[in-house]
Amino acid sequence: MTAGVQALDGVKIVEFGSYAAGPHVGKMLANFGATVVHVESMSRPDGFRMQYPPYKDGKPGMNAGGCFAYFNDSKYDVTVDLKNPEGIGLAKRLADWSDIVIENMRPGVIDRLGLGYGELRSSNPRVIMLSTCNMGQTGPRADTPGFGSQLSALAGMCGLTGERDGPPMLLYGPYIDFIASTLGATAVLAALERRQRTGHGAYLDVSQYECGLMFLAGPMLQFHRSSKIAERAANDDPDAAPHGAYACRGEGWIALSCWSNEEFSRLCGAIGRTDLARDSGLATLAGRKSAATLIHHALAAWAHDSNAQEAAQLLQSAGVHAHSVNSVAELFTDSQLVSRRLWRRRRHPVIGDQAYCFPAFELSETPGDITASGPVLGADNERVFRDFLGLNEDEFNSARAKGAMD
Amino acid sequence: MLDCCGRLGWLAGRLLADLGADVTKLEAPDSDISSVDWSALNVNKKLVRADLTGSGGQSALDEIASTADILLATPHPGSDDAGLFDYQRLCAINPRLILVAITPFGLTGPKACWQASDIEIMAAGGAMGLAGEPDGAPLRVSAPQSYAWAGGQAAVGALTALAARWRTGRGQLVDVSAQAAVITALAHAPTFVDIAGTTPKRAGAFMTGRSVAGAKYRVFWPCRDGFVNFILYGGTAGRRTNEQLVAWMREQGFDLGPLARIDWARFDPTRASQAEVDGMEVPIGRFIGSLSKREFLEGAHRREMLGYPVSNTADIATDPQLEARGFWQDIPARDGRTERHCGAFVVVDGVRPPLVTRTGQIQRVVEKAQKT
Repeated sequence: MTAGVQALDGVKIVEFGSYAAGPHVGKMLANFGATVVHVESMSRPDGFRMQYPPYKDGKPGMNAGGCFAYFNDSKYDVTVDLKNPEGIGLAKRLADWSDIVIENMRPGVIDRLGLGYGELRSSNPRVIMLSTCNMGQTGPRADTPGFGSQLSALAGMCGLTGERDGPPMLLYGPYIDFIASTLGATAVLAALERRQRTGHGAYLDVSQYECGLMFLAGPMLQFHRSSKIAERAANDDPDAAPHGAYACRGEGWIALSCWSNEEFSRLCGAIGRTDLARDSGLATLAGRKSAATLIHHALAAWAHDSNAQEAAQLLQSAGVHAHSVNSVAELFTDSQLVSRRLWRRRRHPVIGDQAYCFPAFELSETPGDITASGPVLGADNERVFRDFLGLNEDEFNSARAKGAMD
Repeated sequence: MLDCCGRLGWLAGRLLADLGADVTKLEAPDSDISSVDWSALNVNKKLVRADLTGSGGQSALDEIASTADILLATPHPGSDDAGLFDYQRLCAINPRLILVAITPFGLTGPKACWQASDIEIMAAGGAMGLAGEPDGAPLRVSAPQSYAWAGGQAAVGALTALAARWRTGRGQLVDVSAQAAVITALAHAPTFVDIAGTTPKRAGAFMTGRSVAGAKYRVFWPCRDGFVNFILYGGTAGRRTNEQLVAWMREQGFDLGPLARIDWARFDPTRASQAEVDGMEVPIGRFIGSLSKREFLEGAHRREMLGYPVSNTADIATDPQLEARGFWQDIPARDGRTERHCGAFVVVDGVRPPLVTRTGQIQRVVEKAQKT
């Protein structure tokens, strides 16, 4: 699917996964040249297809979902009935063909299907398998079902978001799933590196919960050191003042922060409040923390009449940390993201033009790309089973007739 | 691997060290390394103090980079740092070198030189716009997240480039944008703008947008010692959860109110009115309010219900699940005390890679280069 030499050319990946945490791993690797086959079935398609809007023209449809397409660009899609012995046989052949197998079922399910690591390794000793789930494959709560949106609460992120005296806050969607997919991709690539050197495959057990904690490693160490519990603090930061978001003209907001006395002085100059810069009581971090209300009012009054983007430009020119609070819509017009070509439009057969998100890193020599839109359910059965696996016409037709591809 | 990063890039080296890379963390002679974040994210690396300023510093860097596989750095475009970590020069010295540059906005583009800390990056990446009360200020997570998102993407980028090197024999430049990394956290929110023409907003502590009648559903419920995250879902998973909740309440002798009349097999949260939702939430609130976080966690697990407590760091530190999986690693700190860290994030072939205190020869290399 990729033109030119890419970093992961020749790396073959099969996903027995759905929703976010598994498929997003494959999506990132597909963007850099890996051949990724997403396995679903007609009776049990990926839950992102029908359970998560938005849909083309607002009408739910198996191939009309933007959410599914967004996380599965640049992949091939096949249908395999994993409740059918013929389907299991086909799945096994896919696993034998692959370098990497990704699954995010509940612990034990993939083993019961006969597609566990032990089984796959017996015929493909170099295979790398990533199992990712809420709690990991072992432990007293390994079998806990769950969604990432709620797991973000267990892992501490929601409790650390909100006003000091208010309730915890939601983070959008299954926040922690994408931490796990990013770290899962890291683990898969490290295992691939090891295989290059040793010839050995690997079994990777990723707990999405534990991955999330890597994003709070500092607060966790703080607790272990001193029993001090990290608490939500709105937008405050212990090392900067001011440090917050201020409402601008219209619906805009600006985020800004000052990390030194000199930066605060520059901020005061930029907003026309040199009187504050001359106030010796505000010339220290502690002084500005004590006078937080005074500074807040000054910034709020200035921001109220300012355009958020123009205000950010003004402050940056003055050498002050600042950026407008981008709405999701503004991410599509942000000049920096446009310059990086973060969004790449590809034509989906049902949805039409859709913007796909490229990973956050660019490679100078093997740049990668979004090579195709999200796939239609089972779009690549013939290509994958015939061309990749080498089934002849009779074998293919026989497998299909026996319901292996239902 | 050489890690010359500031705060923005610390996690990248930590992730790679946890997977077995031999990572040397270079720090300026006078840099402050006393913070818990520094310790937590630079554990498992060798620490070397080196002055990389001036021509002597550049020579030292060039010498140690000449044998490195990966160099992680957080140069600020337009600054002296950017010259120190110039890819063309380093590539000429070591063509196999992979240079990973982690910056707030990327190395090029109209905002490449902009200054940004966590709050500005979370704002630029759209995450703040989605956190907080709908009519309140946009919020960041009180522990910096954008640095971690950037570090995670940098780790993937570094290893992708390493995979390419097996094929080409050459290193390359990996240009990581923290702003773009944060967009990973937004799930599929951008598709609503792109396909439906609507812009997702801050949801606060409630779930909105699920009911055609406009009803909002409580997500965070006060309990005896904090909050619980519980949502009235529909579908198969929601049915089991709702049935089990009601059974649990009944066993505990709680008044079910309107919950007693609901057929959960037919319950459709997309069609409930606000009055109906409010009526259901009264008895649920009374019940959850009687539980502790740990009681909810254990009861919900036993009953295979969806929902988790809102944990704080104390709850997480004492979670039996993490203990059973050997997640915490006790290792000697630099002052000789034992410290408990988050262990490696993955279990490989049944074993969690241990954190180790690393030693090596690089200190002498730096000293020699600086003397010359």
